[in-house]
Amino acid sequence: MSKSNKPIVWGLFAAGGMATALVTPVLTFLTLLTALHFTPSLFTYECLHTMASYWIGKLIIFVFVTLSLWHSAHRMRITAHDFGIRSDLLIAIILYCVAAIGTILTGFSLLSIH
Amino acid sequence: MSERQIQIEVLRYNPETDIEPTIQAYTVSCLNEWVVLDALNYIKDNLDATLSYRWSCHMAVCGSCGMMINGEPKLACKAFIHEYSDRIRVEPLVHFPIKRDLITDIEDFIAKFASVKPYLIPKEKRPISDGEYQQKPEDLLKFKQYTLCINCMLCYSACPKYGLVPEFIGPAAISIAHRYNQDSRDGGRHHRQEIIASSEGVWECSFVGACSEVCPKHVDPAGALQQVKLASTIDWYREHLMPWVKK
Ligand code: FES
Repeated sequence: MSKSNKPIVWGLFAAGGMATALVTPVLTFLTLLTALHFTPSLFTYECLHTMASYWIGKLIIFVFVTLSLWHSAHRMRITAHDFGIRSDLLIAIILYCVAAIGTILTGFSLLSIH
Repeated sequence: MSERQIQIEVLRYNPETDIEPTIQAYTVSCLNEWVVLDALNYIKDNLDATLSYRWSCHMAVCGSCGMMINGEPKLACKAFIHEYSDRIRVEPLVHFPIKRDLITDIEDFIAKFASVKPYLIPKEKRPISDGEYQQKPEDLLKFKQYTLCINCMLCYSACPKYGLVPEFIGPAAISIAHRYNQDSRDGGRHHRQEIIASSEGVWECSFVGACSEVCPKHVDPAGALQQVKLASTIDWYREHLMPWVKK
């Protein structure tokens, strides 16, 4: 038996799980507040735009967005398997491609913010 | 002592005469403090001597009386009658071939268990004159919980992944590998990793967690498997990104 290469995606999945568990609930809550017109001043468009114009801000956003993407991709792959869909390779390719494209797009769009 | 009439519906299968398993019902007046195993023993002694099942200790130690009780993997000697209604369905552990009645064929489990080298592989040979190994309480704490496994195989019946992918090495075998990997006296981790870090190994697990729910000894195999995944992931990055770092 040879060692599996799954750790590549599992590492991203686990890190993404941690990130989403900590950050997503807060983001959901803040989005909800914004939707109800209670935008804390730190979360106005201008503020967030300024944050994304700094390298450190870009890095933080990039890490959270992409890790969440890889986490969801892997989770959906497993869920598909649990639901009895057996074309694992095809599903894996599709989902990881979506995550990879999302990663590239996130990178580009962050780079375009000055 | 209160007594209750209970219908025990038992799966029967005799490979010599039956094409398919059937359900046979026995009415047993059970004492409230009985466990399901007592009811089976009553049937065997008084109603039907042909009923076949495994048991030995009657105290959740030997691990041989695992069966499906009302569809859940349980130890028959730990399933109290008073927790059930007047009708109890008893079947052999799922995901294993049936040999006869409640007896399953456990060869697959035994082979997988043996494949992970579930014994101490010392780092280097030590002469007996060097005396015993020293271990601190905190060293013991790292793996003690995983030594409590009684190989009852309830976790294999609970695991939907094992049901889907029979090649999966499974919860108990990977947990016992983890037990030896965590032992400060052991040096055999890289031998075991070859088996448990394969795709049929820990990576088949999708952390459903049912194994830990049914485990009668609170080994928490699901937790062990998560730790194995993390350690194997660190190994992978080490081997591929920093191949110059010695293991
Ligand atoms: S008879 Fe030994 S565990 Fe139940």
